Amino acid sequence: MSLRIADPRSARAGSGSNVEKYSWVFMRVSGLVLIFLVLGHLLIMNVLDGGVQRINFGFVAGRWSSPFWQAWDLLQLWLAMLHGANGMRTVINDYAEKPHTRFRLRMLLYIATVFIIVLGTLVIFTFDPSLA
Amino acid sequence: MASAPAGTLYRGGEGMWSWVAHRITGVAVFFFLLVHVLDTALVRVSPDAYDAVIATYKTPIVNLLEVGLVGAVLYHGLNGLRIILVDFWAPGPRHQKTMFRSIIVVWVLLMIPGTYFMLKHTAEALFGSAS
Repeated sequence: MSLRIADPRSARAGSGSNVEKYSWVFMRVSGLVLIFLVLGHLLIMNVLDGGVQRINFGFVAGRWSSPFWQAWDLLQLWLAMLHGANGMRTVINDYAEKPHTRFRLRMLLYIATVFIIVLGTLVIFTFDPSLA
Repeated sequence: MASAPAGTLYRGGEGMWSWVAHRITGVAVFFFLLVHVLDTALVRVSPDAYDAVIATYKTPIVNLLEVGLVGAVLYHGLNGLRIILVDFWAPGPRHQKTMFRSIIVVWVLLMIPGTYFMLKHTAEALFGSAS
């Protein structure tokens, strides 16, 4: 017996909400931006000029003295967390079948996501190089 | 309506395996990202606390894991480009297998020098520097 599945990209029975469409668009737009931000970040931090071996508090202080790298890291933090959280939401919806489990996992995901975004944003804006 | 092979929706081949790898690398990178923001947040605690946690990133085993992280991110990004081309470029779906093989080639070509530079220090520390 073979299973019948809907044709790819066939119209859904209207639920009236376009949230999933915006989520789909967001993944592609943020993904494209993240390719530059994250691969650039990894290239600088892990590959060039000694890579991770040269990173310490002073290195971070030097980078975040520039608004350019602050803006880079801020945008990277927000886009990566939202892109990653939206991907995890898709994964949870695919594999967690009980409504209760789904709800709990999604709440855990949303709380962790908000916490990490707020923490990271505060760290970038309140960084104090004279802490040393 | 298309009909899937009996008992499963999974059809194998480049289409399915690129998706499986996209999921696995995506989830892995997300969990690393949570940890990475937490370890970077230690710059607000003290320089010593930050330097101590960064020191673990410089150990041979974690250094090797970083190569895995970069490999995962690079695959996820390249396959993401392939997905965008499948979705928005009219001939994209017809070329999805060719594009998958292409991104694997690009991945290998970038990972060879990348791995060399990422592990250079660790290899020298473990096996002695040639210079």
